[in-house]
Amino acid sequence: MVRAMKSNIWNRKHLLSMRGIGQEEILSILDTAASFREVNHRDIKKVPTLRGKTIINLFYENSTRTRTSFELAGKRMSADVINMSVASSSVKKGETLIDTLATLQAMNPDVVVVRHSESGAQEFLARHLNAAIINAGDGRHAHPTQALLDILTIHDHLPIMGREDFRGLKVAICGDILHSRVARSNAQGLATMGAEVRFVGPPTLMPAKVEEAFNVKVFHRMDEGIEGVNVVMMLRLQQERMTKGYVPSVREYFHYWGLTRKRLALASETAIVMHPGPMNRGVEIASEVADDLERSVILEQVANGLAIRMAVLYRLCTPGSRS
Amino acid sequence: MEPVPFVLIQGGRVVDPAHGRDETADILIENGIIRAVGRPEIPRGCRIIDADGLIVAPGLVDMHVHLREPGYEYKGTIASGTRAAAAGGVTSVAAMPNTKPVTDDPSVVGHVLEKARVGGIVNVYPVGAITKGLQGVELTEFGLMLEAGCVAFSDDGATVADTGVMRRALEYARAFGALLIQHAEDPSLVSGGCMNEGVTSSRLGLPGIPVESESIMVDRDIRLVELTGGRYHVAHLSTAGALEAVAGAQAKGLPVTCEVAPHHFSLTEEAVDGYDTYAKMAPPLRSEFDRNALLEGLARGTFSAIATDHAPHDEDSKKVEFCCAANGVIGLETLLPISLELVSGGVMTLSNCLALMTYKPARLLGIHRGELTPGFPADLVLFDLLESWQVDSNRMCGSARNTPFHGRKVRGRVKKTMVAGHIVFEDGQ
Repeated sequence: MVRAMKSNIWNRKHLLSMRGIGQEEILSILDTAASFREVNHRDIKKVPTLRGKTIINLFYENSTRTRTSFELAGKRMSADVINMSVASSSVKKGETLIDTLATLQAMNPDVVVVRHSESGAQEFLARHLNAAIINAGDGRHAHPTQALLDILTIHDHLPIMGREDFRGLKVAICGDILHSRVARSNAQGLATMGAEVRFVGPPTLMPAKVEEAFNVKVFHRMDEGIEGVNVVMMLRLQQERMTKGYVPSVREYFHYWGLTRKRLALASETAIVMHPGPMNRGVEIASEVADDLERSVILEQVANGLAIRMAVLYRLCTPGSRS
Repeated sequence: MEPVPFVLIQGGRVVDPAHGRDETADILIENGIIRAVGRPEIPRGCRIIDADGLIVAPGLVDMHVHLREPGYEYKGTIASGTRAAAAGGVTSVAAMPNTKPVTDDPSVVGHVLEKARVGGIVNVYPVGAITKGLQGVELTEFGLMLEAGCVAFSDDGATVADTGVMRRALEYARAFGALLIQHAEDPSLVSGGCMNEGVTSSRLGLPGIPVESESIMVDRDIRLVELTGGRYHVAHLSTAGALEAVAGAQAKGLPVTCEVAPHHFSLTEEAVDGYDTYAKMAPPLRSEFDRNALLEGLARGTFSAIATDHAPHDEDSKKVEFCCAANGVIGLETLLPISLELVSGGVMTLSNCLALMTYKPARLLGIHRGELTPGFPADLVLFDLLESWQVDSNRMCGSARNTPFHGRKVRGRVKKTMVAGHIVFEDGQ
């Protein structure tokens, strides 16, 4: 168990974003995730928890890790999991998003996990349909299970940072904040936990009035932004940002905002390095950092992702369940 | 009912901003024309309409309406759009040219007018396109289109973005004294944005449109007005910056005017929260700062019109992901009560408020409407200033439901609307 918690009834129908999810609720999910973690290390990695439940993964955007993670999470709890991806879906035939989901809803799944390239797509579906929806990423808006798995990962490392909780913990989220749902969900979740969140990146990749929107501190200089922080969370920079005028070149970006060992030395001695993946080595992060198991917790994030998704699926598939 | 030559609107509070009149009076109508206002003798066989307890004002003039016909009849028609207008007390509408085909040729102008004559129940005044196909390249035939019945020119929905083309348009329009209405949004700053850029867009992860997309275009156009002397009007002005630019131009005596839409002075970007596609339009809902600036502009008299930018859409165009949803909201049926919030909120007097929906836009467009002057057509609205009601998107009189005001409690209810002496709308009928 992450920590002793009074039993906490989960009565959310959907998980759409981190907005409005309180600290107790986050801790209770971490609790549940911690209890599922053990399953993933058994010889036979399967429990009957969700036997007879149906989960549909509806992915309108390419994804390897998130889709695999949700799929495995469902399967390890014995749920029936169906994957639908954009390539084989009806979108190409011109079907609307709402029609596709209505069709799936008619088959009465317990949960539909949706990833979509447009911000708000899942909130839109939740407003018009009855299905329980987990947001597996929508546009630039939210990626709540990523935030939860990141919070779990940081939580695991609090003892080596000499801390008991998130209060006063300094977290620098660095890179392409503008296009990042990971940054937004983490900023909300981490702020709820009491951490001090910094957004670090070039002004062209920073959303408007972001300090006010997310209660974060903004740094345009990487060296200043990561000074003394406990967590450095790097974000992927997509190649197309170069051609759209956000940044002039990979070379310049890496020079000023890439995470190198030298730069990491500015952070706290016990600082951990995170990345939601997929990484662009030599663009936002140097291999010497990514592969440094003393500092990089990137693979722990992946393992925790599985546990968090098991916890979230369990909670949504069994309404009123206790942690 | 038998047509009778004389009708008397009796005992109402007559508010006629064009003449500064606000008093209890009767209006005598003969064959659809206003004959007298005051205490006229009642002719024999005169039909009497009791207006006791009601405001009697000139029928409203909305200089910015999308009727969708021809080409987008599934969104709205001239019949459904003018029905919505009548229900809102609006007796004259200027119809924007972004139809299919575009109103960029005298024959399309003729078609719209003919359709309006047959199927419309309020006056329809076509606005012609500034450029052919709204492409922003070649000018349309301003002269011939004016002769065919156009009252102004606009590429509304699109912006005349090319500075050279806008210069020529303003210059050429002078030959006819034509009014050019600009939808002022710099396309390269809009660039995929779907709501105002600010705290809410950052939080929702929606690409934002900065206020400068409007103010930069208005600033540029005002320079061109200085260069050319053309008459220039900013459609649905939404930002403090653009308002300041217009006020500055007016102070210099330049022929620059602007209008404001009810949604822009009564709602902010926060209405988009929850990804409500009924709150999506171009230009987008702005911040509270901009909204307050618009209210100040209304109080100061910088605006010449309140105009709805009434833009009916089919549900399929709105029931999609936010970024994919069509821009536009309906507004005709809520124009009056939302505007009356300016009066109850102390921003302006009833007469000044009605002026922006009657004679001021009418004079801008050069149409013989919007005032209770003997000899003018008897276009009237009778409304209860205080009756409260709740806006319900499922109970609109037009064909579309996309109002951003669903659920809002408002005051001011239209009881009767008359066009040239004929009742075209009656509450409860």
